[in-house]
Amino acid sequence: MSETTNTLTGVMSLSLTKRFGPWFFLAIGLIVLPLIFSSNISVYTMNLMGIFIIFALSYNMLLGQGGMLSFGHAVYFGLGGFMSVHFMNYVEAGIVNLPVFVLPIFGGVIGLVFALIIGSFSTRRSGTVFAMISLGIGELIASCSLIFVAFFGGEEGVTGDRTMGPVIMDVDFAQDIEVYYLIAAWAFITIALMYLFSRTPMGRMANAVRDNDERSEFIGYSQQRVRLISFCASGFFAGIAGGLFAINFEIVTEENLNALTSGVVLLMAYIGGVGFFIGPIVGAVVFTLLQTLLSNYTEIWQLYVGVLFVLTVMYVPQGLTGILAMHGPAFKMKRLSVLFVPYLRMGVPTLFMLAGISGFLEIMHHVRSAAVGETSMSLIGFEFDSHGVMPWVIVGVLAVVGGIVSKTQLPQMKDAWETANAPMDSNEGASS
Amino acid sequence: MTSAIELKDLRKNFGPAEIIRGVSLDIKKGERHAIIGPNGAGKSTLFHLISGRYNVSGGSVSLNGENISNLPPYEIYRKGLSRSFQVTNIFPRMSVFENVRCSLMWVSEYKYSFWHLVDREKKLNVRTMEVLDEIGLTSRQHVPAGVLTYAEQRALEIGIAAAGGAGVIMLDEPTAGMSHSETDQAIELIRRITAGKTLVMVEHDMGVVFDLADRISVLVYGEIIATDTPENIRNNKAVKEAYLGAESEDA
Repeated sequence: MSETTNTLTGVMSLSLTKRFGPWFFLAIGLIVLPLIFSSNISVYTMNLMGIFIIFALSYNMLLGQGGMLSFGHAVYFGLGGFMSVHFMNYVEAGIVNLPVFVLPIFGGVIGLVFALIIGSFSTRRSGTVFAMISLGIGELIASCSLIFVAFFGGEEGVTGDRTMGPVIMDVDFAQDIEVYYLIAAWAFITIALMYLFSRTPMGRMANAVRDNDERSEFIGYSQQRVRLISFCASGFFAGIAGGLFAINFEIVTEENLNALTSGVVLLMAYIGGVGFFIGPIVGAVVFTLLQTLLSNYTEIWQLYVGVLFVLTVMYVPQGLTGILAMHGPAFKMKRLSVLFVPYLRMGVPTLFMLAGISGFLEIMHHVRSAAVGETSMSLIGFEFDSHGVMPWVIVGVLAVVGGIVSKTQLPQMKDAWETANAPMDSNEGASS
Repeated sequence: MTSAIELKDLRKNFGPAEIIRGVSLDIKKGERHAIIGPNGAGKSTLFHLISGRYNVSGGSVSLNGENISNLPPYEIYRKGLSRSFQVTNIFPRMSVFENVRCSLMWVSEYKYSFWHLVDREKKLNVRTMEVLDEIGLTSRQHVPAGVLTYAEQRALEIGIAAAGGAGVIMLDEPTAGMSHSETDQAIELIRRITAGKTLVMVEHDMGVVFDLADRISVLVYGEIIATDTPENIRNNKAVKEAYLGAESEDA
């Protein structure tokens, strides 16, 4: 017994660096990032990223932590946005006197209230029934937005002005960088709260209900109550994300609560990896980068995101974070270097194949959609005639040769993977 | 002695099929009671009725003198009745440690708390380690429960059921599918964790039943044909005919 207590106190008194280190780095990172990426477009991107990180994490409270697949999570995001933009207008009109940076809390509250109302019947069952109800509610609220014009502003939405609040310490949020720090602060707080939530008895039971809802009832917990509380917390944080969206863009429309946005948050969480707390963060970052950067270069970026999603579901259901986590054991055994060359041998031809495939898609898109008579297009700096034969031949060769070569490299990569993950010999000093 | 569980003319039918046909049974506090019977006799159904998984069609179930018929399982658990399942029913993606800890949370009065951090609740974690020690899974505590061996999962299953310290513990075929040595270990475990408590178990292994039980009830086609001490059951003619006859039909 004394031995078990000892190991336990050992576990519990994790060194301070280990417990607070990641949070410290997160805070520093959030502060430093805009100093490194200071251009307008990157601040814009990072603002969007912060909002989506909160949104995706709140979604994962349902999907990853609680096992609830929702197709209507944008409802809480959008309602939070509308509520906040209305409060922004109240501030401007002088009805309430509040600093702008507290407005997202009203978004959170309305998200919470609606989650409580909707969750009270939708969380009775998990699985298909829950998913269908969430889809229906999503459609319902989206169509309401065109009916209740006073609140939702009809098709053009509701606009506001974030600079009209009381100025505190010279910050009037006229510049994007000020909004960045506002979002960063909210992101830090909400990420910490959502993480802590997952470590409470409630958060643990959410996992238990996800794993086995029936058994959780035989250890004293009502599965519906557990799901409802998770659902409310999730709605609250989604509402906060919506509030930040309202402050950032100063406009909220029906688009922010429709099925498309609900789909986007599902994509982000899934691509990042729903099984890990940081998965949705990774997903939100990757998705926002694809959305803002890729869309500068290509009109068919959504096709690539779709392909990425399908590939993730098919080949790495643990998501991008899952791929990283797979390398954990090899990293612990200090064998990652073994994988470097094999990855390079596999990666280079794969890149060529992908370049070929996307080149093919781009040229095809250009041929189909460019103005009549417009035949010259440019891809990564090359100018060429999209109606000529040569470009087709080049992308074809790239795709086929790249594909074949990468296939020949598959066995050696598998071998390297197995070497890297083979259990250690005792003379190598294994701890397992 | 007062009753722990009292069934009065308990009935259950699924549509026209009547599975439990008027069972009356009185299980005393501190008793180890085994329910045996041929396949399809309704033993598991009886368990589900008592523990709240199924609603009763007629009659009543009382726990410590209080009517608990048709209460949801979590209410019944909170009143002090805990059970295990015939088919292993754990939280597969969570670690063994987490499995046990979750089973301790309600009885440690955390309820739906989102203002405690589980890792900082010393008493809860110490108690979890004690339970892990008792069921012999201390060395496996960080493994996801889904990858445990069958016998280990069974031990965890019993551990989850018993961890909360419920006064009445119901085990549904705790040794099903185990080898001889595993069964012996399981019996030891059951004996230890149910000391001073009321135990109700369904079991096929007659060795286990005669070893553990103070009294045995024989359930045949939804009716209890005899309730008595192991010796008397062994010599009961009706039981021999009904039970062994049905067994030999099975074989």
